[in-house]
Amino acid sequence: MLANEEIAVDVMMAVEAVQKFVRDGQLVCFGGFTHGIPFVIGHEIIRQRKRHLAVCKETPDLLVDQLLAAGCVDKLMFSWAGNPGVGSLHAFRRAAEQGIPHPIEIEEYTHFITGARYMAGASGLPFMPVTTPVLSSDLAKYSVVLKTIDCPFTGKKICLVKAINPDLAIIHAQRADREGNTQMWGILGSNREIAMASKRVIVSVEEIVDSEIVRRDPNRTVIPGFKVDAVIEEPWGAHPSYSQGYYDRDNQYYIDYEKTTRTREEHEKFLEEWVFGVSNRKEYMKHLGAERMLSLKTKSYYSFPVDYGYFG
Amino acid sequence: MAKEYAKDFSFQELMATAASRELKDHETVFVGVGIPQLGALLAQRTHAPNLTLIYESGVIGTRPARLPLSIGDPTLVSGTYGIFSFYETFSLLLQRGFIDVGFVGGAQVDKFGNINSTVIGDYQKPKVRLPGSGGGCEIAGLAKRIIIITPHEKRRMMEKVDFITSPGFIDGPGGRERFGLNGGPSAVVTTMGVLRFDEKTKEMYLDTYHPGLSIDQVKQNTGWDLKISPNVKETEPPTVKEVEILRKELDPQGIYLKKAVT
Repeated sequence: MLANEEIAVDVMMAVEAVQKFVRDGQLVCFGGFTHGIPFVIGHEIIRQRKRHLAVCKETPDLLVDQLLAAGCVDKLMFSWAGNPGVGSLHAFRRAAEQGIPHPIEIEEYTHFITGARYMAGASGLPFMPVTTPVLSSDLAKYSVVLKTIDCPFTGKKICLVKAINPDLAIIHAQRADREGNTQMWGILGSNREIAMASKRVIVSVEEIVDSEIVRRDPNRTVIPGFKVDAVIEEPWGAHPSYSQGYYDRDNQYYIDYEKTTRTREEHEKFLEEWVFGVSNRKEYMKHLGAERMLSLKTKSYYSFPVDYGYFG
Repeated sequence: MAKEYAKDFSFQELMATAASRELKDHETVFVGVGIPQLGALLAQRTHAPNLTLIYESGVIGTRPARLPLSIGDPTLVSGTYGIFSFYETFSLLLQRGFIDVGFVGGAQVDKFGNINSTVIGDYQKPKVRLPGSGGGCEIAGLAKRIIIITPHEKRRMMEKVDFITSPGFIDGPGGRERFGLNGGPSAVVTTMGVLRFDEKTKEMYLDTYHPGLSIDQVKQNTGWDLKISPNVKETEPPTVKEVEILRKELDPQGIYLKKAVT
């Protein structure tokens, strides 16, 4: 239950949201799946030098790699840690292979297991039953989130996946209203599940819109406003990942990142340039440059309006 | 009409064509970027126009306008007929049994078709830390059949993988059944040939070798004593039309056709 004074959603800046809601040692879940990686909040966490975080993200992407490089993370829960479509995540590999900048605890899943942990947490269940081939995989030997029981109905073996209820979910979406009702289209990832599973939710959006815009298209809402603690309006907040209909993925950035973060020293230089060297998203976008931004703008491809009917 | 085969083609083009020929019309296929995606898109433009492409990002029935650079590329979304959430994709599609074919790859593949995409060396003291399962383990376990795509090198095609990330036939006959799994790998398309699995022993054997190579070369690059099909022959080359579709329509920039297969 939310306490009374916390019901109102605050529209705020990323810097305030991180100051207010992110604490050292928390279990933090990042949303997005290639689409809508919440870089704007993630970079603010790095700048504010948060420490000892446990991070859960099915695909850590460049953002969690940067949190690892910056020494923010003590424990990583994940199912696929790579630079999507490009190659390795170097900070992840340095941490896992050499304990640089410090050794991290790894808790590893398959995608379905990560999804099942979220769904159980979001549903208020202690576990989610799955028929999973993970028991035939060597991953099962190291897993602390799986149990096998005989199904009480069929007698067959079934796998139970432990729920996860993070302290904080951090999500980027296309739009929300001032009440925090958050709408997305395109690839949804686990955004609804992690928001519903977490104690607190911070959402950054491309734009804050009038409530009527949300209410005219309620099927597009992925998170109800009463579950959102802070809304941050931050155009381009997902760069270098993308926001469907707003801008494309900056693929060159992903390719350059792979090449320029191969050593710890190079990685620190990268963070200096793109995270510590700018104080907010506006400066970050200025550093990226107008020409690069223009090249990422997508041509429009509108859906047709649907008729919900009016009963007034 | 007799097929007109291409005279000039790369092994990437040959692999994409071989992958495409493993797919049938009206099937649902779980794809990833690279050769699998080229194979599936090629099949859709040739013998399997009703193939449904599904990505683990939840995109169903996509017909991308440009070559997708990742499984979550926004071009997959525009014009597709449906999008499921992450959990729904794995539960309602894969777990429920609606995926006919899945493509899987990894750093190591063993003679029973088990795949390692987790770690080289010891899990807790990794020599090389790889990305991990992603959807691989569930795709390999729950799709009705699996096509494995891999470079053909001795250090990667081995007797036993360092770590089973995604199940093939595990330890041979009865291996999958022990874990309640049906299906299993049906073909392995490599840089040197197409391999299949013996029905009784569940061991991988060489079915076809790519043009320009000898059976001995394939054996020398395999990490166990590879059995050879009594009917072994050369892999059917791509047709002129297939090469044209790959080069002109699907990958005009050579993003995957000119990239080393990994």
